[in-house]
Amino acid sequence: MTPATTAPEVHVPDPAKRKLAIFIVLACTLLVAIGQYLIKLGANRLSHAGLVATMIGIFTIPQLFAGYCLYGVFTVLFVYALRHGELSILYPLIALGYVWVTITAVVAFHESMNPFKIMGLLVIILGVAVLGFGGGAGAE
Amino acid sequence: MTTPVSSMVLVLVGSVIGSVGAIFLKSGAHAVNRNWTSIAFNWRLALGVGTYLASSVLFVKGMSNGELSVLFPLVSLGYVCTLVWSRLFFHEVITKVKLAGVGLILVGITFLSLGSR
Repeated sequence: MTPATTAPEVHVPDPAKRKLAIFIVLACTLLVAIGQYLIKLGANRLSHAGLVATMIGIFTIPQLFAGYCLYGVFTVLFVYALRHGELSILYPLIALGYVWVTITAVVAFHESMNPFKIMGLLVIILGVAVLGFGGGAGAE
Repeated sequence: MTTPVSSMVLVLVGSVIGSVGAIFLKSGAHAVNRNWTSIAFNWRLALGVGTYLASSVLFVKGMSNGELSVLFPLVSLGYVCTLVWSRLFFHEVITKVKLAGVGLILVGITFLSLGSR
């Protein structure tokens, strides 16, 4: 882990770019949610596959492949965002993906909605809002 | 439908590995400049992406046997790890607001998984 400590410490905070970084990551969560769904679809087809078969499956099972391509797009955007924002804010923001996944499950797959889920969604959105709007305030 | 312990361990290990990958992605991101070689020969970015891929393979393996409602909350452990890594490696401040935000997210995900049983 020691190499990471030698990373250049470039921290001239640009408020506009930090906001952009937060927005990018929030938008990315939608990509990740779609990717996760596709990966789950593909994963169902290798329930008893070994490690090697799983890695081959990433290239031969269309849903898995598409899911990982979305992850690739996400990674490029995420790296850009990380240049301008704090890891401790941007990484937990990915949790907004849970909201998309739950909404998709209810709307598209008629999974039941219940008070626990509604509560969960609201609390996650609140947590993401707290991080996104107030997380950087005490950082400088 | 039940979730085997082996799936939980796979997802748990995957989420910790993923949070470590984010360290390398961020340090790699800072090393990128206008020269294309700064991306092509960026070992930190490569390691970050590799770590992400490794964690994804573990996720795929873990999630192929089990319920997302049980496995998703385990992924959120990575957010807590990231707060610690951010402080250790990037000297980011762990503010009360950040703790509150991550805490709310963990509580929300727990509620969500309770509702998904």
